Amino acid sequence: MAKVDILDRAAGEELPDPMEMPALCPGAMAQSNPYLAQPAHNEALGFPGELIEDWHDVAIAKMGELLGKYRSLKVYLDSCVKCGACTDKCQYFLGTGDPKNMPVARQDLLRKVYRRHFTLAGKFFPKLVGAEDLTKEVLDDWYSYFHQCSQCRRCSVYCPYGIDTAEISMAAREIMDSIGIGQKYCNEIIGKVHKIGNNLGLPKPALASTLEDLEEEVYDDTGVKVRFPLDEPGAEILLVTPSADFFAEPHIDGLIGYAKVMHEAGVKWTLSSYASEAANFGMFIGSYEQMRQVAQRIRKAALDLGVKRIVVGECGHAWRVAYSFWNTLAGPWDFLDPNYPVPQHICEFTYDLIQKGKLNFDKSQNDHMTLTFHDSCNVARASRMGDMPGGQFEIPRAVIKAVCNNYVDMAEDTIREATFCCGGGGGLLSDEIIDIRKKGAQPRMRALRQVVEEHGVTHMAAICAICKAQFTKVLPEFDFARDTIVSVHQLVSNAIILTPGPDDDEDEDDDAPDGAPETEDDED
Amino acid sequence: MSRPHLRPDGPPGATDTLVRGETYVLTTVYALVFYVATALLVGGLAFRVWQYATTPAPLKIPTTPAPTTRTGVWFRMAREVVLFQSLFKSNKWIWLFGYLFHGALALVLLRHVRYFQEPVWTVITLIQPFGKYAGFAMIAGLGGLWARRLLVPRIRYITNPSDHLMLGLLVAIGLSGLGMKFLAHTDIVAVKAFFLGLMRFNPQPLPADPALLIHLGLVAALMIVFPFSKLLHAPGVFFSPTRNQVDNPRERRHVAKWATARYESGK
Repeated sequence: MAKVDILDRAAGEELPDPMEMPALCPGAMAQSNPYLAQPAHNEALGFPGELIEDWHDVAIAKMGELLGKYRSLKVYLDSCVKCGACTDKCQYFLGTGDPKNMPVARQDLLRKVYRRHFTLAGKFFPKLVGAEDLTKEVLDDWYSYFHQCSQCRRCSVYCPYGIDTAEISMAAREIMDSIGIGQKYCNEIIGKVHKIGNNLGLPKPALASTLEDLEEEVYDDTGVKVRFPLDEPGAEILLVTPSADFFAEPHIDGLIGYAKVMHEAGVKWTLSSYASEAANFGMFIGSYEQMRQVAQRIRKAALDLGVKRIVVGECGHAWRVAYSFWNTLAGPWDFLDPNYPVPQHICEFTYDLIQKGKLNFDKSQNDHMTLTFHDSCNVARASRMGDMPGGQFEIPRAVIKAVCNNYVDMAEDTIREATFCCGGGGGLLSDEIIDIRKKGAQPRMRALRQVVEEHGVTHMAAICAICKAQFTKVLPEFDFARDTIVSVHQLVSNAIILTPGPDDDEDEDDDAPDGAPETEDDED
Repeated sequence: MSRPHLRPDGPPGATDTLVRGETYVLTTVYALVFYVATALLVGGLAFRVWQYATTPAPLKIPTTPAPTTRTGVWFRMAREVVLFQSLFKSNKWIWLFGYLFHGALALVLLRHVRYFQEPVWTVITLIQPFGKYAGFAMIAGLGGLWARRLLVPRIRYITNPSDHLMLGLLVAIGLSGLGMKFLAHTDIVAVKAFFLGLMRFNPQPLPADPALLIHLGLVAALMIVFPFSKLLHAPGVFFSPTRNQVDNPRERRHVAKWATARYESGK
């Protein structure tokens, strides 16, 4: 595949706008298909192993069932007036020009079958209202295009009726699972969570040794014994974080940041090997049942460990599930301390300590960087932090600004509620569909390019494991360094001044003294 | 239904009997059509609203940032319904044409209230001068929307024949109405008598004016298709979980009945 963007542009030519409209290229992405789940992956979740004989009837029956269970689906399939407001809002459309990646057209793939089978107009005048039977071709389109939606909800911000394509694509994926058309990436991972406790399939011994290594590493770096406790009963806080935080870059630097903050907060905390995963891919496949099972693990871990609080690490969709759905799926959480939000985001946790003056920072440790912040879609449009609407935008920025001297926002129409998906969310973070991932990342990469060239931005921070993994992969395609993407708590980790414990070495070498004057660096 | 009472126009004669006969048929047909259309509109919409209201929303999915209180949600919904806030964020042209059309339609509908009441409310009398010309704004808005549907490739791609038909229907209603107001006046007193009669189940003769008959026929058609078409966006928006839910999932547990029955019965 050719480089997606920018690079082949003549020198001096204007930077492309993130919103630049592509020409329509029908069918451009019709061949984009993630790997099908193996029968074993599907069966482990209670789905048929492969496409069943009477798939058509079962699919229609499933659609009927979902229409009775989800008001969103029913209302959204009825209400669209085809006004076109959403047509230029999806990053996958902006990146590919394939009209079926326009949110309304993606919805129409399901809506046309809904109309044919569930509306009078579609039964009697199918041509007139664009109703169609569910054929094998339509099913193929579903598989392809409902896996080119990252359920990021950008379209739902702009729809005059709030139609959320994520709801439609979740329903479509649930219908497909019910007839044996599962997606390998999601279904295999959910199976691992049920069996082992995390997406990566890291068993307890591996986890324990990773955490031991981290303790040593941090001790070597700082001379302070920062603990990474696992399965410690009697801890006050259970930290649930995406398993990528245990080994991937830059995720792991974020995990080190959480541990340092916990250390400074002076709280007893623990990770759980049973619930060693914040991610919940049950949401991606639209399955209430799967999502509930995964969420219940966290409840069980919290009860078994006897914790009083739950804090969630940097992960976008996990925070959506935790913030918006945990109470529904695994609540009530009446055994936890009601004086703290249940659950609490690690950014809320750190922000709270900053507000109380409990953390000390040497901001100059981040002076080699000029930061910008990528709002992760699920955090931005499907959750909140703090007490005020929009806290999910302000709190992470406040944390970054508390630990960094140089910060610049990207273009207003590409951040906060208008933020783009990284291109790899919603269960698309799979290598066989790297093409759509790169193209979906294009608008964000363009917005980043603007602040890099105009404001000298060097790094982009994020609070989502998927964003971090996706950007690590696609940044080089757009001529950025792989490590341009950083964790927010990596920045915290760089700047935080640790308090030595009783058995720690005395201040040895390069720890900046408290209250040292901050170095003036080149800011814009 | 009682037989239409005809106003005495002159001495009875052969022609007159014929006219009376025709008027009788016409009046009866239109009266029936409007009874049926009204029943379908009201019944159909009531059914939809009942469906939407009774279908559970099992998860909290407001598009955030969202209001954290019920009052806040009322304001958010009001901004959506009165100002088309989300559409404004999205696309200024669609907002402009859409707003022009809906705003003008609201005025025109209010203006028409006077055909259904006696005496007429002062408010309705006061808006007559605006309502009169709002018809032009309505056509302009519809024209803009239709032009975009034809000229913008993205929107052309998502357009079905029914979308054109709907615009055609609304434009035809608007034009036939404007025609009667500004070109060839119809016997508006008789029209009002007809509708007041309908409301009292005592239909009065309907003038056999082609523009009027087209206008009324199309309006009845619009009423009939309303509950079966995309016009359901009107009730739909009020039931949209991304817009009408309060952002308070941590504070309040939200569980659908089917989920409780399935997972928590016996607890």
